[in-house]
Amino acid sequence: MLLDIENLTTIFRTRRGVVRAVDNVSISIKKGEFVSIVGESGCGKSTLAHSVMKLIDHPGEILGGKITFDGLDLLSLSDEEMRKIRGDKIGMVFQNPMTSLDPLEKVGDQISETIMEHMNVTKKEAWQMAREMLEKVGLQPERVDSYPHQLSGGQRQRVMIAMAISLNPKLLIADEPTTALDVIVQEKIMDFLEDMKREGRAVILITHDFALAAERSDRIAVMYAGWLVEMGDAEALTNDPLHPYTKGLIQSVPDVWMDKEIKPLPGFPPDLINPPEGCRFRPRCPNASEMCMREPPEVEVDGRVVKCWLYG
Amino acid sequence: MSSLPAYIITRFLMVIPTVLILLTIVFLILRIIPGDPITAMVGQKVPEEVLERLRHEAGLDKPYHEQYIDYLKGVFTGDLGKSMIWGKRPVIAEIMDHFPATLELTIFGFVLSVMIGVATGSIAAFRRGSKVDSGMRIYSIVAYTLFIPWFGMLLQMLFGVYLKVLPIGGRITPGNTPDTVTGLYVLDSILTLNMNSLADAFAHLALPALTLGIVLSGAYTRLLRNNLIEVLSQDFIKAYRARGVRNRKVVFHAMKNAFIPVVTLMGLQFAILLAGAVLTESTFSWPGMGTFLIERIEYRDYTSVQGAIVFYAVFVALISLVVDVIYALLDPRIRY
Amino acid sequence: MAEVRNLATTIFSFLPEAEGRYMVISGIAIITIVALMAVFSPFIAPYDPIKSGKDVLQPPSPEHIMGTDNLGRDIFSRIVFGSRVVLSVVLSASLVSTVIGVPIGLISGYFGGRLDRVLSMLMDSMYAFPGLILAIAIAAVLGPSVFNAVVAISVVYVPTYFRMIRGQTLSIKSQLFVEAAKATGASDWRIMRKYIFPNLIPTLVVVFSLSVADAILTEAGLSFLGFIVSAPTPDWGFELASGRPYLPAGYWWMITFPGLMVMLLSLGFALVGEGLSEIYAIGRER
Repeated sequence: MLLDIENLTTIFRTRRGVVRAVDNVSISIKKGEFVSIVGESGCGKSTLAHSVMKLIDHPGEILGGKITFDGLDLLSLSDEEMRKIRGDKIGMVFQNPMTSLDPLEKVGDQISETIMEHMNVTKKEAWQMAREMLEKVGLQPERVDSYPHQLSGGQRQRVMIAMAISLNPKLLIADEPTTALDVIVQEKIMDFLEDMKREGRAVILITHDFALAAERSDRIAVMYAGWLVEMGDAEALTNDPLHPYTKGLIQSVPDVWMDKEIKPLPGFPPDLINPPEGCRFRPRCPNASEMCMREPPEVEVDGRVVKCWLYG
Repeated sequence: MSSLPAYIITRFLMVIPTVLILLTIVFLILRIIPGDPITAMVGQKVPEEVLERLRHEAGLDKPYHEQYIDYLKGVFTGDLGKSMIWGKRPVIAEIMDHFPATLELTIFGFVLSVMIGVATGSIAAFRRGSKVDSGMRIYSIVAYTLFIPWFGMLLQMLFGVYLKVLPIGGRITPGNTPDTVTGLYVLDSILTLNMNSLADAFAHLALPALTLGIVLSGAYTRLLRNNLIEVLSQDFIKAYRARGVRNRKVVFHAMKNAFIPVVTLMGLQFAILLAGAVLTESTFSWPGMGTFLIERIEYRDYTSVQGAIVFYAVFVALISLVVDVIYALLDPRIRY
Repeated sequence: MAEVRNLATTIFSFLPEAEGRYMVISGIAIITIVALMAVFSPFIAPYDPIKSGKDVLQPPSPEHIMGTDNLGRDIFSRIVFGSRVVLSVVLSASLVSTVIGVPIGLISGYFGGRLDRVLSMLMDSMYAFPGLILAIAIAAVLGPSVFNAVVAISVVYVPTYFRMIRGQTLSIKSQLFVEAAKATGASDWRIMRKYIFPNLIPTLVVVFSLSVADAILTEAGLSFLGFIVSAPTPDWGFELASGRPYLPAGYWWMITFPGLMVMLLSLGFALVGEGLSEIYAIGRER
């Protein structure tokens, strides 16, 4: 296993109370695997990704669990040890390329600074590497001299990817990398992420777009209100969803090829400061019963993990 | 794609109308509003022949439009007329005698204000919501409302009268004046390797510069705090950290971004700085432009007063140009 | 103490529960105290502020709580009477600036075009010029007097009001309800008066408070430099200049109290302005 997340719990202490944004979640990812974490906004998928990077700021806090990456226990590492892993062993691409680049620094400066933080190279060598990285993500190498405001959204996201992979990380985390981009650019960026996987890296895609996840990933993990509700092989999970939430999520996705009926999920995700008793999906669940007043167990069914009383 | 030199040239051309407007305002205030400035300044008790002579000396006996043209011509050729008292020296020479003192005071006051403002503002931002932050917010308002002569005198009293560690007035101890190169005593002392003068110049500069520095720092404190909080919450800061960039460097990038609006403020603050310098000079018997202006008003030296005001106007316009160029150098997004 | 707090809460209940609230309350408290001082000077001041006494340069004592000056006059009484000059000069100058700056700003921002460009350039240039030096220039040619100080200070602050009101007018002008009023055929004059001006009032209150805070310092500066009153009239800035020669000898009370009053009064208005702008999230300048 390249990345092993066990019983991770991350909370935010707000004025109104404690939000359990990620609650007791376990996920493992192999080398060369493409895993998507899917869910509505606020379900904790981004917090999960940031927890792996240990980028949870005050008032947030990783309360418990264990994250093992490449044999290292990340949560026990010092700040400096963790810094060396970020960008070097784990690369991350952010949601909004328009705001994720420093507006005052040239693209080349931003890439080479990242390289020089992890490798013992001269500035000249780092700039040369920056040019190569831009070429690799399909940009002209001369773009090193551009400032972010001179680039389009798609170009900026390529720059972000170039930075994320410039040190050849074993794991690439992409947090909604294409949400802010148009469809054609989105395709290209996704193709690129798949190339990364083919080169032997593990890729985690954080997305709210189930169709995108189904199309691209080996495995899918579905999150709801801080819980991991279902996880398994992408194809099996798409064709035969087990958890009522996954079913609802799939039914709410419009499909261009089939004239299927779209059923939006009724209701809204719960307030995490004051979540419903028992199963957090209970108020919206068509299959809810007495049993659901207690927290459902995580069970394994046909190689899939499901957190639901229907299978418990 | 645009270029920096083109921007600087455009910006330079834009200074010209600003200078013209300022000069016109000064002309209107000094010559039109009071009707006859010589009578206003000298008083009615002076015999008419004397008034006539003074008017003629100042070129005030011509029609307004001719006066205006003479006036502009004079300003652009650096001829601000002759002083009406004492040796009747050219006003520009008198100004050049006093300007270095003001420049030295304002430079040090300015640097101190930015340093204090940046330090207090970033402390407040990094400890947002804490007691320190609230304290800095109160500081930023109180500093601005300090009355310069009062605050200056309190410092004089503490450091000059009770502790007796710093002089309470003047620019240098007589006899310690360094050989003139630039007229800035600190710089001249360094250039002529005169350590005695250097220490003396610093000792005299300390209190007036600190007075100006503290009073003007409040605006920077607040602006830097708010900007830094805003910048620190932006995505690119998290992106830097996610790439394993050292904290110290991330803070540097955050500060650089937060500093950009501060440069704009510097332009506005410079006007307040010059106004504050007049009071500071007056409080510390500092022989600069402010002292010169007030003294010549008392002596009813009309041409010198006009020259000093004109000089301030041109100086302010040039500073705003410099600030804009610095802004463009810092922020690649601002180009024409 | 609890009753006082309850009373304050009731009086200021129109202010929303925001951080700026306590700033506004303390600012109003300071201003009220100084205003009462000015109105009831003869009843508050224990001594004649002009008449010299034989106890010269006495430090603060139960008889003279702020001590006496070089002519034996009670400093507290001079400060109480001095508040009249400060407040009347600053408030009348600020009213004049408002009466001139607000309509010009409103008209300039509303109609736009060439007039707006000319006015904006003129006002921006004046704004860029150091306020106190402009006031000194005007006071110098007009001669030192209370009336001339009002003229000088009001000229200095016209651009502040102009810029703020013009900017605000521009943003209100583009809002839907103004467009709607235009569509119903309302005249420009009516739109300005009925739709735009009422929406300018919050901004105006903030700008007024902050400009007055600044004008107090300008007035004190002019007075310190001798451009407003002459002896024996009491005025805070002028008191500082009179006390200055006695400072090296350690007579701290002659300058400490008048300067403290300048700061407190300026702080009072600044707190009101800053607090209100925080509560109503109004952008500000200077």
